[in-house]
Amino acid sequence: MDILESVKEVIVEKLGVEAEKITPEARFIEDLGADSLDTVELIMGLEDKFGLEISDEEAEKIRTVQDAISFIQSKQ
Amino acid sequence: MVPIDLSGKKALVMGVTNESSLGWAIAQKLHQAGATLAFSYQGERLREKIEKLTTGMHGVRLYEVDVTNEEAIKAMMADLKEAWGGLDCLVHSIAFAPRPAMEGRYIETTREDWTLALQVSAYSLLAVVREAEALLNEGASVVTLSYYAAEKVVPKYNVMGIAKSALEATVRYLAYDLGPKNVRVNAVSAGAIRTVASMSIPGFRKMTAKYNAIAPLKRMITHEEVGNLGLYLLSPLSSGTTGQTVYVDAGYSIMGMDFSEE
Repeated sequence: MDILESVKEVIVEKLGVEAEKITPEARFIEDLGADSLDTVELIMGLEDKFGLEISDEEAEKIRTVQDAISFIQSKQ
Repeated sequence: MVPIDLSGKKALVMGVTNESSLGWAIAQKLHQAGATLAFSYQGERLREKIEKLTTGMHGVRLYEVDVTNEEAIKAMMADLKEAWGGLDCLVHSIAFAPRPAMEGRYIETTREDWTLALQVSAYSLLAVVREAEALLNEGASVVTLSYYAAEKVVPKYNVMGIAKSALEATVRYLAYDLGPKNVRVNAVSAGAIRTVASMSIPGFRKMTAKYNAIAPLKRMITHEEVGNLGLYLLSPLSSGTTGQTVYVDAGYSIMGMDFSEE
């Protein structure tokens, strides 16, 4: 499974949004309706899914689906 | 073997947000011990998540309750009274502080942020237990979740540390009020553990590293360990214990000096 699909899976599970809405440009807060707890859950979900640690500073910068994908690519 | 058998007992767990919640860790243990469970959560959006989590638990009741709303608490207790008649276990796992109040210096905390943090994180225990009082059966037990920052300074924890101090003091005063009815009230003080709430604290990851280095057990604690302590305090095994803050922190809180880097 490619990274986009795996990231999508986490987003669908954590934010409860439909998979079709999840485009690379989609912003978690503005477009996908995430609140502050959701964004923490999302980061935790990505950590678990990809077996990595995301620091507070790194997490701050992950605002769109593409940000998440790029970050994960940079760690692999 | 000393069994913990809570079959036939009724438990209300307030403040589960997802599978990493400490309230959930305790709820799972209550379920394993045979208790029937009800959950309260904040915001209709959480309902689906809690429904999913509790699939397979028989007879679960769900309530959407904002603990700053007295009427919502009353309505839940009235419904529980009708459905169950009484309550044996109550788990309070609720806290909130506005993010800006946990980023800068404590001295900068605004009146509004301070009041909100104390109201949601400490007053809510009083509000909930007061409305539950008529339902609490003889021998019932109340457990809330606290943290070491109630006692010592933990940088960035700020107003939440003050809220946890108020919470622990509230535990003592409620224990005094309810003691004659043989209802107990205690706090579980859990070491740094990965939850949605703790991960929202700036610098939380640095805290986990400290645990591995400083705590006598040289590790973090697990969700299951928090669940086990919660279960113990909610069961008759702890019948002589009330008004206490009990630590499950790998021993971290006993340390007064760290030589781990030598």
